[in-house]
Amino acid sequence: MRQIFDIHGGIHPPERKDMSNPGWVRDCDMPSKLILPVTQHIGAPARPVVEVGDSVLGGQMIAEAQGPVSVPVHAPSSGTVTAIEARAVPHASGLTDICIEISLDGKDEWVGCEGLDNWRDETKAALLERVRLAGIAGLGGAGFPTAIKLASDRDGGIHTLIINGTECEPYITADDTVMQCFAQQIVEGAEILAHMVGAETVLLAVEDNKPEAADAMRKAAEALEMAEVVTFPTKYPSGGEKQLIEILLNSQVPSGGIPADIGVLCQNPSTAIAVRDALIDGKPVTHRITTVTGMSLKDPGNRRVMLGTPIKELLNTAGFNADSADRVIHGGPMMGFAVTDLDMPVVKITNCVLAPTRTEIPPPQPQQACIRCGMCAEACPASLLPQQLYWYARAKDQEQLERHNLMDCIECGACAYVCPSHIPLVQYYRSAKGSLREAAKEKVRSDNSRARFEARQERLEREAAAREAKRAARKAAAEARAQAGDDPVQAAIERAKAKKAQQEAEQ
Amino acid sequence: MSLMHVSSPHVHKPVSSVEQVMKQVLLATIPGVLVLTWFFGPGTIINIVFGSALALAFEAWALWLRGKDYKTPLRDHSVIVTATLLCIALPPYAPWWLIAVGIGVSVLLGKHVFGGLGYNPFNPAMVGYVVLLVSFPLQMSSWTEPRGIGEVPGLVDAFTALFAASSYDAVTAATPLDLFRQNSGMLFDDLMQSRAELTGPIAGLGWDWVNLAFLAGGIWLLRQRIFTWHAPVGMLAALTICAALGYDDGSSTGGGSVLFHLFSGATMFGAFFIITDPVSSAVSNKGRLIFGAMVGILVYLIRVHGNYPDAVAFGVLLLNFAAPLIDQYTQPTVYGTKKVEVDE
Repeated sequence: MRQIFDIHGGIHPPERKDMSNPGWVRDCDMPSKLILPVTQHIGAPARPVVEVGDSVLGGQMIAEAQGPVSVPVHAPSSGTVTAIEARAVPHASGLTDICIEISLDGKDEWVGCEGLDNWRDETKAALLERVRLAGIAGLGGAGFPTAIKLASDRDGGIHTLIINGTECEPYITADDTVMQCFAQQIVEGAEILAHMVGAETVLLAVEDNKPEAADAMRKAAEALEMAEVVTFPTKYPSGGEKQLIEILLNSQVPSGGIPADIGVLCQNPSTAIAVRDALIDGKPVTHRITTVTGMSLKDPGNRRVMLGTPIKELLNTAGFNADSADRVIHGGPMMGFAVTDLDMPVVKITNCVLAPTRTEIPPPQPQQACIRCGMCAEACPASLLPQQLYWYARAKDQEQLERHNLMDCIECGACAYVCPSHIPLVQYYRSAKGSLREAAKEKVRSDNSRARFEARQERLEREAAAREAKRAARKAAAEARAQAGDDPVQAAIERAKAKKAQQEAEQ
Repeated sequence: MSLMHVSSPHVHKPVSSVEQVMKQVLLATIPGVLVLTWFFGPGTIINIVFGSALALAFEAWALWLRGKDYKTPLRDHSVIVTATLLCIALPPYAPWWLIAVGIGVSVLLGKHVFGGLGYNPFNPAMVGYVVLLVSFPLQMSSWTEPRGIGEVPGLVDAFTALFAASSYDAVTAATPLDLFRQNSGMLFDDLMQSRAELTGPIAGLGWDWVNLAFLAGGIWLLRQRIFTWHAPVGMLAALTICAALGYDDGSSTGGGSVLFHLFSGATMFGAFFIITDPVSSAVSNKGRLIFGAMVGILVYLIRVHGNYPDAVAFGVLLLNFAAPLIDQYTQPTVYGTKKVEVDE
């Protein structure tokens, strides 16, 4: 047995995972249209390469990556592009973004997909390019471009690959289901990932509330010698990348750094499968497994959904009762955000759509005064002092916010969960982080303009000094000549006199 | 349906509110109050009921003066906790005006001048207590004899004392800490044998039981995770160490035994109900440990070398001043900021 370690804080919210019946996945009904945002990842938006009226096939790239930190978008099925315009997209701030709308023809015709016969023969660069072209971004919920993550091994390289099947958020069972149903593909994907980054150890991490998933993974892991399944006690937020690394390896990712700094790479099980599918089958990311759950649904469960499916249609597939819900949550109840528009589509990061009833998740209670009880500090997995951060966030005291490491907050919501005063702490931190980032940018801007100003000032002074030096040199030369007796003016006068005398003499 | 746009997290710990926390603190005082009542009669309970009613009135008035909603905050029970803690600390048969002044000072000067709940830099109950102690020393030192020595007053006595203090024949007695401070010339062990008030099973008669009862209530609160162990352990450990170091085999000028200090006066009440007030103490666990330890040291120093028999209130108020400074130096190590030793 591998030794595991504990993290500071954490909470045990009711799990409610049985509701969505983990381990069983059904296809979502084919929608009539898909809405595909060009930004389903962290980074620059993809650029549409189709036009309204174009026919597209499943698997066809419809938007290409723009710049290094970007991933392309592919059509999940065949149909016609009917619009390219701004629509509501899943985003914590309720933003709109450019989306490509495809009306499906129902034939589900696909482009030919060509996989690699032997991926071991390829160079790392070629493999990375395939991962990138397949549109893979972290499917666990963060959406960071996978190719970038795989390329960013710092000096020392990656020694451990962690497949993060923790899934500590209540309600969600998408990873659980993927692990139970597709364990073999996960292990194949993990092998490819480990090969690409040169990891010697693969840890398949599963929380101990998912024994079926752990068993399935154990069975599949027999095929890969360097892989080991590790289970650990259920506690939120053990699935946070940084927290999981501490649980498994007893080491911490340095503040402001990434796991690669300490030789670790974390990937979600579905992402591992996506990498496997991209390389072995040549298939891009066009579908995902999403938990559709909550007591406002008659038939909750895990669905294989085409990306771009409107959330409304997904909910209707599961028997949505709109009267009993007053919010729909994209993601889990701890870190997910409220959906502002049910026409919003399922995207690469949509691991859960939660439609609770009003009694199941009641509206937030009125905020009371902070009594500094410290329950938040006991719950914080990053060992922060949330009560102090709250005061400083309200006072907009940026110096103290930095001194109290606001930027190390992972926004897991454990503090707000336990707060007896019902203070929406995470909301304060998000806003304060925004101001800190803004201030940092502002500082860079002002530093740059100061540097520019100083450089200009220096140049002007240099030029003035050069001019002054030239003038001084000319003056010195003239004086020197005058002293030596060869004053040019005097000489000219003499010459003129001589000439005049000569002329007079000639007359 | 209209979609609610709220920020994460969407779920909240069930049955967790300020009201709930305050209720638990009130429940935890019950054993201590019952033991006080057993030994000293119903005075404390009458004080608490009278004081709480006054406190609610003062709180509503202050909120109204400040132009705030004056109904909802009354439900958070925080002012009842303040009143209860102050009334437990007061002598059981205090006149009504003493309680009124104490509650008024606690609620108005201790709490609302700073902005109400959560904003007070000092423990409100202790502000009220100290103002009374320095202003009305006579009334504040009028404790009655415990059961086993004198007659324990009844309900009629309690109401007479409260509303018609002039017609109430107070039988006042010195507390064990008073006797200890006034001692001159007697060896500690002899002193403990010399008076009936000092012959409890652990320390002074009645007071050791009172302290045990508050200890029990405090441990229950600890198990309910209302506060962490740091402040109480800091205070009790510091007091134990000071008493142990200062104990000179019981000479007449010595510091008294460890058990005497731990189970006399307001030690346990202070350790679990006063210094654990989160608003006015240090924030981090390390900070609270230091906060508690400093209070413990001050309590010992003032008891043994000062002019007052007990010192929890002074100790707490002094450390309330120091709390922001303690916070400054006791920030916990945040994830990922640990200094890593580089192997050469």
